[in-house]
Amino acid sequence: MDALTAHLDELGHGLVTTVHLTVVTTIGALLLGVVVATLRVCPVPLLRSVGTVYVEVLQNLPLLALLVLFVFALPTIGITFPLFTSAAIVIAAYEGAYLAEAIRAGINTVGVGQAEAARAIGLTFSQSLRYVILPQGLRAVVQPMGNICIALLMNTSLAAAVGVVELTQAANNVNLVEAQPIAVFTGAGLAYMLLALLIGRLAGTLERRWAIVR
Amino acid sequence: MNPNQQILFDVPGPRAQRRIRIATVLGALAVLGGLAWAVHRFASYGELAAERWQPFTTWPIWRYLLDALWATLLAAAATAVLSATLGLLLALGRLSAHRPVRWLAGAYVEVFRTVPVLLLIYVTLFALPQYGLNFPLFWKLVVPLVVANSAAFAEIFRAGIKALDRGQTEAGLAIGLRRGQVMRLVVLPQALLQLTPSLVSQLVGLLKDTSLGFVVSYTELLYSGQVLSSYTNLLIQTFLVVALIYLVVNASLSKLARVLQARNGRFTVRGRAAEPDPAAPLLTRGGTR
Repeated sequence: MDALTAHLDELGHGLVTTVHLTVVTTIGALLLGVVVATLRVCPVPLLRSVGTVYVEVLQNLPLLALLVLFVFALPTIGITFPLFTSAAIVIAAYEGAYLAEAIRAGINTVGVGQAEAARAIGLTFSQSLRYVILPQGLRAVVQPMGNICIALLMNTSLAAAVGVVELTQAANNVNLVEAQPIAVFTGAGLAYMLLALLIGRLAGTLERRWAIVR
Repeated sequence: MNPNQQILFDVPGPRAQRRIRIATVLGALAVLGGLAWAVHRFASYGELAAERWQPFTTWPIWRYLLDALWATLLAAAATAVLSATLGLLLALGRLSAHRPVRWLAGAYVEVFRTVPVLLLIYVTLFALPQYGLNFPLFWKLVVPLVVANSAAFAEIFRAGIKALDRGQTEAGLAIGLRRGQVMRLVVLPQALLQLTPSLVSQLVGLLKDTSLGFVVSYTELLYSGQVLSSYTNLLIQTFLVVALIYLVVNASLSKLARVLQARNGRFTVRGRAAEPDPAAPLLTRGGTR
């Protein structure tokens, strides 16, 4: 326990970094997810293929390989970002592919009649998506999207492997000094569980509030 | 593309076709522009030079990479077998009639589903050796992966078992089977068949997780890429080739999952389904014993 209280500052800093990374990345991934899901259902065949290729590539590569590629290899062709920004970009791009698939599943749950009605009153593709399909489709997949956000939270720990000092790395650093692994790692694990619980609760609340009673 | 998405837009008329053509041209220009920019970047930093890609046409480099791929597959296979077995036991535990068993299995799953794998790896790397548990390198990677993935597998199995029609269990109990027999002879065979696609997609996730060998310095694909690039100094080339290998292996697995989904979880095409055997419903496995 002493190990935890003595390094509260360091661990707190790690926790803040993890939360910061999670929030920034979630917002980025959500925007990207909506864009990619739109690409995958749009009337232009080329753009549909672009969306499909994006999802296939990002879902089939390990996140750690992407992080390593981005952080260690891209500087050789002159592309460098601050470490935190790199991690945020890569994780957002990776989780964006998963969110896109969840959103597409949501779009598929919207009744065919809704889309037909939207077109019958003269809405264009983007209008019907914006005003009719997405508002209903997104509500149907709040829970799956919450689960993806929990996965995202856990994946932010991989940023530690390329040098971002977030909660996992902070715990490891403290343990290297204090050599009290049980207290330190259990503390960090509990923090992750609490954050995951929080996201799960939030998703549950939003789902209840937004659910469509049919 | 399924019919539901097709319904988002009509068969394009002349104006819509013109718009689609314009969007196609713009999209193509954007994609080509991105590619051209990437090529320009590579070229202006001299990374496109032939001698910087030549090594990847030679056998020694490929033998090294294929050895690494083998190590990746080995770790993935060990993790898959162990965590699927443990996951099945946990799922059965969560559905058990005994409250303590249910509670323990539930606690295990809930805890390890929400703790990052990297944290578990740090525990095996830095905490367990203090208590005399110093695994060989291979197990330092596989043990934490099994702990995390067994929780994920447990959830898949539990969902599959619960999704099966209750009538199956009730019918099994009605003909006098015990609970264990119902699970083994009636529920599991059907639930597992339904679950094959989800289990194969979980394999993709698991194979991606083995890239954490990078952290424990187990010579799987990603770590070997790191070692190789520090010898050859071909950083971006090596990691692009490594990424390509991951992509090919995982995309094939994902494809398999989709094919299985379309075939209802069966590895072979169901030719016999075309001409149903009238006696089939009576010839169940339990009945012929």
